[in-house]
Amino acid sequence: MSASTHHSTAFLRHGRVRLALHTLRPGGDGGHPLLLLHGLAERTPATPPEFTASWPGPVLGLDFTGHGESDVPVGGGYTAEILMGDVDAALARVGPSTVVGFGLGAWVALLIAGARTRLVRGAVLAEGPGMAGGGTAPTSMAVLGPAEASSEGAAPDPFALVELTHDVRPQDYATSFAHLALQGSEVATPLVVCARWQPPWLQAVVDEPGVVEVDDLAEALALLR
Amino acid sequence: MTSLADVSPEEAGRYPGAAAPARTRRVDAHGVGIAVHEWGDEDAPPLLITHGGADFARTFDVFAPLLAAGGWRVVAWDHRGHGDSDHAALYSWDADLRDAFAVLRSTTDRPVPVLGHSKGGALLMGLAEAVPHRVKALVNLDGLPSRRKLPDVANRERVRLLAGDLEDWLDRRRAAAQADRRPGTIAELAARRARMNPRHDLRWLRYLVTVGARRYRDGWRWKLDPIIRGGGFGPWRPDWALWRMSSLPQPFFGVIGLVPEVMTSGNRPEEVREHLPRGGRLLVLDDVGHFVHIEQPDRIAAEVLDFLGPPS
Repeated sequence: MSASTHHSTAFLRHGRVRLALHTLRPGGDGGHPLLLLHGLAERTPATPPEFTASWPGPVLGLDFTGHGESDVPVGGGYTAEILMGDVDAALARVGPSTVVGFGLGAWVALLIAGARTRLVRGAVLAEGPGMAGGGTAPTSMAVLGPAEASSEGAAPDPFALVELTHDVRPQDYATSFAHLALQGSEVATPLVVCARWQPPWLQAVVDEPGVVEVDDLAEALALLR
Repeated sequence: MTSLADVSPEEAGRYPGAAAPARTRRVDAHGVGIAVHEWGDEDAPPLLITHGGADFARTFDVFAPLLAAGGWRVVAWDHRGHGDSDHAALYSWDADLRDAFAVLRSTTDRPVPVLGHSKGGALLMGLAEAVPHRVKALVNLDGLPSRRKLPDVANRERVRLLAGDLEDWLDRRRAAAQADRRPGTIAELAARRARMNPRHDLRWLRYLVTVGARRYRDGWRWKLDPIIRGGGFGPWRPDWALWRMSSLPQPFFGVIGLVPEVMTSGNRPEEVREHLPRGGRLLVLDDVGHFVHIEQPDRIAAEVLDFLGPPS
């Protein structure tokens, strides 16, 4: 009955980083996996969120580099593209999946949905921490360092907090990935947005013909089962 | 001698005008060890110089001594993952900029002139913008910005190109954990590098193997972290650096080598000139490729020393 009886964790490698891939609920024969991507400074929840209750397949969650039980690398160097590589490592392990991303995870979900159209069976872009990133255009250059030193490699990595709130997310970059997903996916609605507040990159995605907006996450998943 | 006949490390390790650094040290950049190489008098005013992508500080073995002879303490470093610096888990522009600042802080607390080649030039423009009070003059050797990114390609085609780049990049990331450099003889490594540096003479490339590669039981391997690979995509736009350049406050000297080669900058002089910092100097050379300081070290060093004026 307790969550931990169903909870297991596999470790994968992405370059030199060891990533934690959690199984929140194992699948029966009910179909492809659902992969949760947390927001900035978050981690995979210990138990399957309520909105996943009627998902027929397994429910998994990936801790990004520097988060949760994944490795905290030395000396920073984060980009959203590297986190996209994290997700790709998980997809290589579990096969075609539907992804649900929150905040930073929504941005990464968009990137991987465009980059691996055959492995991502639809992406849900939902609000959460780290949604806006560094805006749509560069500001003045700064030497970015964390406000606090990392405490013995503990997650979340302070470098992730500073670097992944300064990465630029231009509208046309976002729509390039949206076009790739919309053109390349076999899923009827490959991009489903579920966010009351939408930063400019997400507004640009929502404006693309074929992108679907819904009010709640269970509704979003119903489109992608 | 054919290009693939091997040479001894002793023979390859001699090159006219090349000198090993007088001093080496390590800087701890938030846990990443950065290798610093210095030429010239330790008490002379410092001049920070840095290499381009996939290169390393010892590619300055001919050029740096010429600057040191002009009265400078020349301080170069290997970017993370390059040369003798640590291989890191992650690489990014912000990380390189932070490492550069760590080297600057380890060298002096006063403003210094800086010089960078290619990616190193672009990086130091970032440093000059981020900490303008710490950079007193800026030299950029064929690392100037340009807005040339596929201007004539239709949007639909650009998206298709992006798809290929992405799959390719992700496939390589999947293999990154096992990535290793291919071992070879000195001559083989030199011949491989000649494909990227076709205008360098073979003797120089063999010399670079002796300082930029490590010898293992099964052969020499370049020190460059095999995980590092230039990406063909990202959220940046090349022209963003143009407006950044025009607002730099420091005295500025840019050099462009116009002869096209594999690792060309593709800079267009008229475009660069339009965005030069106020009072900036631009030298356009139509008989030199991308590695201006390696092809013509004496000429470039003389130009740089003239621009910098007496060391202070």
